[in-house]
Formats: sequence, C-alpha cells, structure tokens
Amino acid sequence: MASPVTEAAQRIFADLADPQAVNRDAGGAWKAPLWRALEEAGLTLAWVPEALGGAGARLAEGFEVLAAAGRYALAAPLAETLLAGWLLARGGLAAPVGTMSLAPAQPGEPIVLDADGTLRGRARSVPFAPEAAHFAVLAQGATGAHIALVEARACKVAAGKNLAGDSLGEVFFDGTTVLAHASAKVDATELLLMGSTARAVQSAGALETLLELALRYAGERVAFERPIGRFQAVQHNLARLAGEASAALAASASAADAIERAERFDEGTFLEAAAAKIRCAEAAHEGAAIAHQVFGAIGYSQEHILHRFTLRLLAWREDFGNESLWAAELGRRVAERGADELWPLVAAR
Amino acid sequence: MSGALHFDPVRLPPECVRLRQEVREFLRDELDSGRRGRREAFNREFSRKVGAKGWIGMTWPQKYGGRGRSHLERYVVTEEFLAARAPVRLHFVADRQSGPVLLRYAPEHIKADLLPRICRGELCFCIGMSEPGSGSDLFAAKTRAVPTSGGFLVNGTKIWTSNAHQADYMLGLFRTSPPAADNRRHGLSQFLVDMKGPGIRINPIRQMSGEHDFNEVVFTDAFIPQDHLLGEIDGAWKQATSELAYERSGPERFLETLDVLVALVRLLGPQPDLRAAEGLGRLVAQLHTLRRMSVSVSGMLAAGAEPVVEGSIVKDLGTLWEQRLPARVRELAAFAPSDGAARESFDERLEFATLIAPKLTIQGGTTEVLRGIVARGLGLR
Repeated sequence: MASPVTEAAQRIFADLADPQAVNRDAGGAWKAPLWRALEEAGLTLAWVPEALGGAGARLAEGFEVLAAAGRYALAAPLAETLLAGWLLARGGLAAPVGTMSLAPAQPGEPIVLDADGTLRGRARSVPFAPEAAHFAVLAQGATGAHIALVEARACKVAAGKNLAGDSLGEVFFDGTTVLAHASAKVDATELLLMGSTARAVQSAGALETLLELALRYAGERVAFERPIGRFQAVQHNLARLAGEASAALAASASAADAIERAERFDEGTFLEAAAAKIRCAEAAHEGAAIAHQVFGAIGYSQEHILHRFTLRLLAWREDFGNESLWAAELGRRVAERGADELWPLVAAR
Repeated sequence: MSGALHFDPVRLPPECVRLRQEVREFLRDELDSGRRGRREAFNREFSRKVGAKGWIGMTWPQKYGGRGRSHLERYVVTEEFLAARAPVRLHFVADRQSGPVLLRYAPEHIKADLLPRICRGELCFCIGMSEPGSGSDLFAAKTRAVPTSGGFLVNGTKIWTSNAHQADYMLGLFRTSPPAADNRRHGLSQFLVDMKGPGIRINPIRQMSGEHDFNEVVFTDAFIPQDHLLGEIDGAWKQATSELAYERSGPERFLETLDVLVALVRLLGPQPDLRAAEGLGRLVAQLHTLRRMSVSVSGMLAAGAEPVVEGSIVKDLGTLWEQRLPARVRELAAFAPSDGAARESFDERLEFATLIAPKLTIQGGTTEVLRGIVARGLGLR
C-alpha cells in the first residue's frame, strides 16, 4: 500500500514528468514546474527533520518516493537532494531550499576540511552537479568526519553528461569556503551505500515500468499474423524480464528496509546495500537488453520513450561506486570473515 | 499485466532466531560426529532424530503429530538443513508436499494413521507423476486406475520416480477418465499408494552422477482401496495449483550446490585476489537476493496469499543460479592454490555439484514450464 507521501509524489510525476511529454520537450521546460511542485509538497527535503526545516519523513517513505521516481525515469536531482538533506541532518545542519547534490560521489576520493574551515579535494561524477545550487560534503577534519554545506558557485564544476544525457560534473574544492560545518558519525562507505541504495530503488522502479511497457507492446504489435506476445520465444524473454525486475524489487526493497531498521551501519546493512547495488545493476543490464529486443527498431528511435528507461538504468549503474567496486569489497569482507561465516551472514537477514 | 509483482521485505520473526540456533546446535552434534559420508542423503536414524525434535510436519495440527508452528519457522529449519547438507531425503518430500496433501484430502482414519508416523520421521513418500510418454506434460498421463470391487486396479508405468525404492507410500496421479473435449486436464485423480502392496515392481535407474534415486515403477493390476482416493475423482488438476507455490519457492531451489561456494571461500583464504574477490562478491549478492525473494514468497504464503507467479520466478532464477554456480566457482578458483586439503575438498565438492547441475533446472518443473507459468501470469497466455 502506497503511503500518502508516495501518492503525492506519484501524482506530481504523472502530471509534470510524463515520459512522453518530457521526451518531446528538448528545451527542458518541464523541469522548473516539476521542481516547484516537489518543493511545495515538501518532497525535496523529505529526509530532513522538521526541526531543521524539512518534512521529517521516514527513510522508508523517501525510498518509496524514489521508487516512484524510477517508475517515471525521472531526470531531476530528487534523489541527490534527498541524500544531501539526509547527510546535512546527520551533522545537525539545516538544509537550504533548492537543488542539491553531494560529494564525494565515488569511493576513494577523500575531501579534507582544513583548520581554517575551508575544503580541499575533488569529487568526480557528482550527479546533477551543474544543476545543483548547493553541495553537502562529507570531509575529513582534524577531529574526524565532518559534514559541510557549500554553495555550488563557490566551487569549480567541470560539467559533463551521463549515458542518458543527464548532467553530472567533477567538483573541485580548492580552499573553498563553507556556509556551515559540523562533526558527524558517518563515513564514506555509509554515504556511498546510501546513494547506491537510492539508485537500486530507482532502478527497480524503472524495471517495473520497462516490464509494463514491454508487455503492453507485445500484446499490441502484430507480426506473422499474431501479436508477438503469442510467440513462445517472446514469452520466455518477457518472463526473464519479469525475473530481473523481481530480483531488483526484492533486493532494493530489502536494502531500504534494512537501512530503515538499522540502529547503526553494520555488516548486515553493508551486505544488504551492496547486494542491492550489485544485483540491480545486473538486472538493469539484462532487463534493458530484453526490453530493446522486444521493441525492435521502434524502441531504438529517439521519439520512443523506451530509451528514457533503458539508458538511465545503464547510467545509474555507475553512480556512487559501480557494482564491480562494491562486489570486490563485499567479496573481500566475506573472505576475511571466513567460510564458516558465509551462511550465517546471509541467513541473518 | 494482470497484477504487479510483489516482493515485500519480509523479516523472520524473533522466534525464528531462537529456533535457528537450536537447529544449528542439533546439526553440529549430529553431523560433526564423522559417521556419515559427505554424499549421504538418506538416513533413517537421522530422520527419526529430526522427528523427535518436532521438526517434521511442524506446521500441522498437534492432533496429527504436528506442532502448530508457522511456515516461516519451517522455512528456517529447511534452509539450515540444506545449508548443512543434512541427509533429509527420507522425510523431505513427505514434509513438504505429501503430508499437506493428505491433511487436505485424505479421510480421517488415514490422516490419524499416517501423519503422526511422518512426523516421527518413519515414513518415506515418493511422487508418481512422470511417465515414459509424459514428463513436463503432466496431463498426458496414461497410467489408468479402473474401478473394481472396493477400489481401483492400476495398470501402467511411472518413471523418474525419486526414492520409489525406499518409499513406503506414493502419491500418484492416475487416469480415471479420458480428457474432456473442452479441458484436457480433466480425468486425472490423485491416489495414495502403498508401495509394499502387490502388483508394483520397482526397477532402479542409475544416474550419470553415480547416484541412484530415480526408478521406474510398473503397476500390474495393483489394487488401491476406495478410501485411498485423494480429493475429487477426475479433478486432480484443481488440487495442484496452491501446492506449487510451496514446492517452487523454497530454499531447496537455490541451495543445492551452496557447498561449492563455501568451499571456494575456504580455498581462496582471507585475502583473495581482486578477480576472485569481485566474483565472490557478485555470487554472495545474488545468493542474498534469491534468499530475500524466497523468504518474501514464504511470508506471503504464510499470510494466506497464493503468489504463483512470484513462486515460479523464484524457482526459475534460483535453479539457474545454483546450476551455474559450480561453473562460476570453478573459474574463480582457477588461480588459487592447486594443492592442499582445501583444494582437495573443493575439487571433490565441485565434481559432485557439476555432475548434479543438469537436473536442477528439470526436476519439479523445467525452466521452460516455469516461464510458461510466468507468461500466463503476466497475461500473455
């Protein structure tokens, strides 16, 4: 059952981010009205407590909103703004209105908070960096981890695009002044896996729509004098697509639930989040390929909305550490625990 | 699409955590004693001990020897036994599907007689479905049960019948009428068969893995009493569907070759190279996902839903995964130490898993049959 928060989000996406309308709108005129509506509904700061100016929604509710966003292949920095608000709140910092993104966005890229309160370092592949007004930054200070809020115009941003054409950027911190900072108990692994779980949840939503679109098309498109969905080979491909969508749904919902329940980010939470990222990335690849095969040439056209889903599914694999990086880390941890601890780790979830 | 897919994040309740500890302690005591071979699957003494613990038929009513425990508790017991490769073959089929069928369709005096003996780990059941001319196409079965004084006479042959040579009873599917013009599934009935009765010959079939669990079962005027008919005459097809989700989504659908993954971790040691670490991480992520899917389906079943499509998806993905696991594990082990005790144990397990891999996507509903069921559930048929 969808919560009132999710229902509100779904209505806004249906009205203002319809994939057909967005696909025709080359200029991006849909973006401003959508963002306004999301802000008015309190959705952009869902993960910020009311005391810090947000909506104070539960983590599970925020993940549900992101699943709904995935079902529309939403190309706006909603996940990034939610994550930035969550990170700021971990340091007790209030979140500004407007679009945000976060840094670091990839593993192994430490950012330093110097004694004079300025930032040093760089963050690659920050999703929607060129469209963000602020960045929430996890930095290493002399006394440990700190969270900082930075104005985007205070940083140099080298703009780029991902596979789906959504903006991303490399963000340079070079003696960058911060608006506020505070110490916090959060590390890069937890931050990146929070981002990875967001991407997993979005991917599962996109795969659900992919399945729905492919099923509808297979029932309508006639070839060799019958709907192609009547052919056993096509049916089996669609069953595989349903399998991949199911795996993504199960893995992402489980990780979101684990994060919602966890009192601290332990080995079990690590397994859930990393597994969701890995399995959803695999499902993204398999699912996108099957959907394109079902649609044939029409699905390869710019005019058709299929690519809005398939290309984002493929692009999201790269964000917050790709699945190979997390698989290697998960494999290392499993090996270190030893053979006898493998099954107990899995069975405890 | 006739309905969205559901995989809610079901968590096992606290009583399952305690039960799991108890099962692990039991298995540690029983299996570490070194009295059994690694490939042993059938062990009368072990099954009796499991029965004495109350872990067979544990969801059934107490008056039939059950313990009235939840399906999620049964899930925990089952997965721990599988992960430990415990020899459960004697009671597994009876516990999973034969008992529940009897509970639902058998007359009271039969329930009162057989179910407590199943719960004690004394009775082995087999499933009589496939025939020389019908495997996946269940409804083409030709073995006939013809009415006679006081019951039925059965003539025909069942094949690929696992454990028939050790079974006390079979739940068999026999033809009692020809198929109807508008429904080819009509005309089959389900019977309880006493395997020790006259007119039944069991011929062993050796498998390529060196094991023997398959058999051919030949019926020649085998008599079945009237009260051994289970459910509606000619209407067995209606009785099958809700059982299927239980049969298809359980942990036995992805844990059959788990021991090669555990052996791989032992072989690789605490600091595997990057290639092995990445491959291992992916396999663990896939295993975790399958288990969470399977637990989710079990939770839905326990709540009274009938997630037929989700159950078939779990078996399709799970059996393909456990089938591919030996091949993946073999690749990842290629550059690990080529001698020593860990390698010897790994090689032995890998060989056995490789030998049984082909059957995993055939038994209990082939990949092709499952995808057909999913396609129907998605509205394509």
